[in-house]
Amino acid sequence: MDEPIVRAVKLRKYFLATKHGILETLFRRKPLYVHAVDDVDLEIRRGEILALVGESGSGKTTIGRILATLEKPTGGELYFEGERVTPSNVKQVRKRIQMVFQNPMESLDPRMSVRQVVEEPLRALGLSGDERRRRVEDALTAVGLEPSIFNYRRPRDLSGGQRQRVAVARAIVSNPKFIVLDEPTSALDASVQAQVLNLLVELHRAYGFTYLFITHNISVARYIADRVAVMYAGKIVESGDVRSVMSEPRHPYSQALLKSVPTVERRGLEPPTGEVPSLIAPPSGCRFHPRCPYVMDVCRREEPALLGADGVSVACWLYGAKRVESDA
Amino acid sequence: MSVLEVRDLVVEYSTVYGVLRAINHLSFEVGEAESVGVVGESGSGKSTLGLSVVRLLPPNARYAGGSIILDGQEVTRMSNSEARRIRGTTAFMIFQDPLNSLNPVKKVSTQLLEAVEMRCKKLGETYDVEKATREVVEKIRDVRIPDPELIMERYPHQLSGGQIQRVIIAMALLMRPKLLIADEPTSALDVTIQAQVLKLMNDLKKEYGMSIMLITHDISVAYNISDRIMVMYAGELVELGSADGVIRSPMHPYAKALIASIPRGVMRDAPLEPIRGSPPNMIHPPSGCRFHPRCPFVMDVCRREEPREVHQDGRVVRCYLYG
Repeated sequence: MDEPIVRAVKLRKYFLATKHGILETLFRRKPLYVHAVDDVDLEIRRGEILALVGESGSGKTTIGRILATLEKPTGGELYFEGERVTPSNVKQVRKRIQMVFQNPMESLDPRMSVRQVVEEPLRALGLSGDERRRRVEDALTAVGLEPSIFNYRRPRDLSGGQRQRVAVARAIVSNPKFIVLDEPTSALDASVQAQVLNLLVELHRAYGFTYLFITHNISVARYIADRVAVMYAGKIVESGDVRSVMSEPRHPYSQALLKSVPTVERRGLEPPTGEVPSLIAPPSGCRFHPRCPYVMDVCRREEPALLGADGVSVACWLYGAKRVESDA
Repeated sequence: MSVLEVRDLVVEYSTVYGVLRAINHLSFEVGEAESVGVVGESGSGKSTLGLSVVRLLPPNARYAGGSIILDGQEVTRMSNSEARRIRGTTAFMIFQDPLNSLNPVKKVSTQLLEAVEMRCKKLGETYDVEKATREVVEKIRDVRIPDPELIMERYPHQLSGGQIQRVIIAMALLMRPKLLIADEPTSALDVTIQAQVLKLMNDLKKEYGMSIMLITHDISVAYNISDRIMVMYAGELVELGSADGVIRSPMHPYAKALIASIPRGVMRDAPLEPIRGSPPNMIHPPSGCRFHPRCPFVMDVCRREEPREVHQDGRVVRCYLYG
């Protein structure tokens, strides 16, 4: 099998929860950490679209930022195109990765013209002025913005959808291998969201980009992704082919999540009880156990591993137990 | 009898660029114990509609025509003190951002007791703290918060977004309004918490017989909670009908396009159908039907004249393709 383009092994990111000042040091208080991402293994194959879904605080944006090398993990290893990412080569790796952020109002510099915004990533590549201009025009054309009209406009002259197109143009202009899209359509109205999703699919098809598509919107994930990974409280609880995860979710959290999404196809919502746990002191064992309708003793004690079969991996004792039985 | 009757309403904002007509000749009703979902994209005037019913329009806005009859009273010509009396007890409004909806320096119990006191004042009942406290505990339990006594002693910053939205719904229940107006009540919440709050609103509508006007950009949310759906575009009603009718067989080209643009199923090979063009400039709106520059079925008459409402089997649609 092909080497995955991105591989994360036991990725971990802890943020300091409170300020650790002199008083804390003097009284030897233990610093509190938010366990935003905890021991996550993840592979993204070349040319695929992987959707990372989860609720706010599940750690999906943190993973995206780590994979885009914008954030240093607290622990674990990250490989990009087979090469381990280290502080010494991170700048080289970063040239092959781009990111699109959620809010196009804030992610574009208001003082720059569209041309300058899109040109920025090319500066690090040492290209001639003519070459840069040509590539900016190609990128703008590719996202459906006519360069002669948009070159000298500023972000404030653009609609939300146009701004997100500019952000996409900036992401593709340096011809990266891997693009992290963090909620790229969440700030847009439904009709504009559809335009941007169509554009992302077209670009994926035309240039073969690999996407990590981070979203809380299940319908969008189902529409755009080849594979999907479901996150809960800093862990991946289920991952696999989008069709099987969406039509037959195995993890109780994935099931609950899908039953919570309002759709125009059916009425009636069946949300899980309870709320998302604190990540400073996450629940013992499986992090979903306080809300799980199928909770067993072992769930409270031990953490289930992410185990795979038939292209779907799930971290749940319901399936772990079954596996042991069939092995015996 | 309807709880809310909006007739030919016109609301205008004066801006530095000129007069912006946010609501243009809008008419609809909300019946007793009925829930109506108001759906539209940003700038469609749906939030302005909610604010005009409870008389909370910003200072640069004015009622430029029509009427709003709320529980038999005309809202647009009310004095400010009269408006204060209907707010909360006749029509209660829930806003999107839960964190800004409660007073940060008062305990939950204090704020909920105030709500009971206000209701007593309006209905001429005597206010008794002990009785009121019992009622508050009961209502907090009704909104499915375990340990009401614990929650009551907290300040808003100690609650999660879902809990705050529930406390606000409890406040609404204590005030016993005829109409609950919810403007994107779940947009700031996570999917599972959103589903919990929507389910709660549905249950409470049945238990208490409260009328609900739900304002949302998400037509799927509206479908899950409403008896009828009204679709707005550029300050105007384009279609109104039973939730199932509008979702299953939309008539207006905009409603059709809006529903078609929702991603459904695994179908990356079939491109989505976005609505072409962009939302109109509301200071200089298009002539005739405001949707005509983006409409795939546009005819000559659409450019010239504003379409009238066509009523057909309980459905209202404003489009020259019909009637």
